Amino acid sequence: MINLFNYIDRLSPIHRLTGASKLVCLVAWSIAAMTSFYTPLLVALTIASFALFRLARLRVKDISFMLGMMVVYILMNNLLIFLFSPGHGAQIYGTQTVLFKIAGPYTVTAEQLFYHLNVILKNACTVPIVLLFVCTTNPSEFAASLNRIGVSYRISYAVALALRYIPDIQREYHDIALAQQARGTEMSSKASLVHRLKAASAILIPLILSSMERIETISNAMELRGFGKKDKRSWYSARKFSAMDFLAMGVCILLVLVSLGLTMANGSRYYNPFI
Amino acid sequence: MENDIVISFEDFGFQYTAQAEPTLHNINLTIRRGEKVLIAGPSGCGKSTLAHCINGLIPNSYPGKATGKLTIGGKDALKLDLFGLSKMVGTVLQDSDGQFIGLTVAEDIAFALENDCIPTQELHEEVKRIAKLVDVEAVLHHAPHEISGGQKQRVGLGGVMVNEVDILLFDEPLANLDPATGKAAIALIDDIQKRTGCAVIIIEHRLEDVLYRPVDRVVVMGDGRILYDGDPDTMLCTDLLQRSGIREPLYVTALKYAGVTITREMRPSYLPELVLSEEQKLQVRSWFSAQPQPENTVSQEVLLEAKDLDFTYEGGHHALRGISASIHRGEMLSIVGTNGAGKSTFSKVVCGFEKAQKGSLTMGGIDLNTLSIKERADHIGYVMQNPNQMISKTQIFDEVALGLRNRGVSEEEIRPRVEETLKICGLYPFRNWPVSALSYGQKKRVTIASILVLRPEIILLDEPTAGQDLKHYTEIMDFLSQLNRQGVTVVLITHDMHLMLEYTPRAIVFNAGKVIADKSAAEVLNSPEIVEAAHLKETSLYHLSMACGIESAEEFTRRFIARDREVRK
Repeated sequence: MINLFNYIDRLSPIHRLTGASKLVCLVAWSIAAMTSFYTPLLVALTIASFALFRLARLRVKDISFMLGMMVVYILMNNLLIFLFSPGHGAQIYGTQTVLFKIAGPYTVTAEQLFYHLNVILKNACTVPIVLLFVCTTNPSEFAASLNRIGVSYRISYAVALALRYIPDIQREYHDIALAQQARGTEMSSKASLVHRLKAASAILIPLILSSMERIETISNAMELRGFGKKDKRSWYSARKFSAMDFLAMGVCILLVLVSLGLTMANGSRYYNPFI
Repeated sequence: MENDIVISFEDFGFQYTAQAEPTLHNINLTIRRGEKVLIAGPSGCGKSTLAHCINGLIPNSYPGKATGKLTIGGKDALKLDLFGLSKMVGTVLQDSDGQFIGLTVAEDIAFALENDCIPTQELHEEVKRIAKLVDVEAVLHHAPHEISGGQKQRVGLGGVMVNEVDILLFDEPLANLDPATGKAAIALIDDIQKRTGCAVIIIEHRLEDVLYRPVDRVVVMGDGRILYDGDPDTMLCTDLLQRSGIREPLYVTALKYAGVTITREMRPSYLPELVLSEEQKLQVRSWFSAQPQPENTVSQEVLLEAKDLDFTYEGGHHALRGISASIHRGEMLSIVGTNGAGKSTFSKVVCGFEKAQKGSLTMGGIDLNTLSIKERADHIGYVMQNPNQMISKTQIFDEVALGLRNRGVSEEEIRPRVEETLKICGLYPFRNWPVSALSYGQKKRVTIASILVLRPEIILLDEPTAGQDLKHYTEIMDFLSQLNRQGVTVVLITHDMHLMLEYTPRAIVFNAGKVIADKSAAEVLNSPEIVEAAHLKETSLYHLSMACGIESAEEFTRRFIARDREVRK
């Protein structure tokens, strides 16, 4: 079964940071990377992100599925950019150095390739950081962190509950699907679209009905233990900020400033090696 | 000692907003600090409503009109909110899985304290203390699916004990546990009560299992009224339990069949202290000799045969280790064992939901491994435990017809087949009803009908009677025996020992992926090693026959069951 929030419990400096500071860092890092096309900065961030990944003691094998998805996404993204606007690079950088022609408007220019390099770098410096956050943050601590940065605890807890119930519901879905198959509901790709939609409803209705029972139980259980009465709640998995947390957040906020500063000093978001 | 009273109902009545009639009438009941009270009664007798009044779900979550007075901890309970009540009353719900809120054991225990905004540091200390009390320290950082049913219930108990409550309320604590774990749960409740001195209220219809440890008082309910409120010994001298549809402890029934007059002095409610005179023992012995030996009519024609089945889940869990077993045509069989013993995996392999890596599975000479899930379902029908997990149509007729329509059977043929099946299942009068109008037991029948309509030779049911009271249990099981008499082979996967003893002559016992016994249900339950390995419980009949000097506890059990079935008909 594929776990979406793939928390991997290891001992590392990244794991030791609190969920709240990691969330702040993630947001800051993404802003810094997304607003800028300043190539030297992107290269530096990419190198740094891979280094951080190593620091968290994660192995490529742990995240191979998610990594695969990301690579597919990056390739698709670049392919579509080229298909829809092959002249985008030339437009941005103001020059056109033709390398070779393919057909029609599809001409490969050095500017376009440089633009693609920037797009790939932007992805390459954020993707590891997102994976890092997902893999090193305990889901309950994440809920506690959301609450700390100002999200209502009811919403934060809903997130934690969803994570608690996803495996149960996956298991239930699997069981219901098998029982329906035994009664002859066709699930394979052989069936037509209409049939498959019907099959889906044959699973969804029982799934929804039994989930309703579950919801009644859980909401009674929560109320009986005093959930929602007070304006605030504390969290078992909350942790105090350490010096490292402040340092990490400081560095990431500085990054945003550097990125914005470079854009302003440069007069443009783009680093242009062509003039 | 006025101030010792923790709960007091005075002429209390309650009517749900959505209902035309009151559910509770004229309730007068007081419960004192440190008392242990069992509230028993069949489904629909009002015992759950009574529990909801005590823990505040009534009127806070289920609105309605209350009459009379209800005081809890000296305060008017109807004016208290859930939060205020939760400081006095801790409720452990029936569904120990559903009430597990946290992502880990520690967080679940901490939940009530978190809501009370207790600082994190204190939380950690308190959780440690409580975890020690309910003995879950070793699994503090485990997720709910990594721990056993018994452990989940302990966590549930810990989660309400953090509030330092005066009253602990258990809503059907035995419903989801295997017999041995249930026994341990009753012992734990007893233990906790002795240590904390709080009042304990246990709502349960499985009287004998609760009486494994003494209770101070039994309250029997029926039709929203209190029928009995007093000590358990006196109650067992009467025929109140039979009249109210609650199963009497088996040894008490056996004594009554033998003509022994039960008196309060015999201490009938607590088996270890049961006093029997020599004369009474003689009565039991002569009854035993006089009972005819029940015949064993087990068909020997093998219908389904499994040989050396071996199955390992993707994650590496080796669930079946060389299973060989056979199912005979026309028999009614139970498969028992602890959670994780491999009985569900076995049924999945039989139905084709999972494929065994080794071994063979044949049915009447056909190799089942060559058939798809759908093709197998024509021979073997599988009924899930929760009917809501199976029903996907809104109309009863359509639900039962679903399997046939999927198989491309013509509408002209479908109608008579569905109607015939509905008649067998006693659902014909409801054929045009929506499914949502049916009771739980009726829904269960719909799911059985929807499998039966495909005319399988074997039907396999997962815990068909879980959570049902004696009346519904008897209804479902009598229906299944009737089907069995009509020639359907019935296989039951169960924890219920009564069910095994009463309805299935043969039992296959699974343990750690292997078959450890394949013999009569009476033999299984009278052999201590198997009972222990399979997390079952010896029947009280075993102890009674020992006490009376009857050598074959197994034969005693068999004759008792035969007699009991006659009487109950």
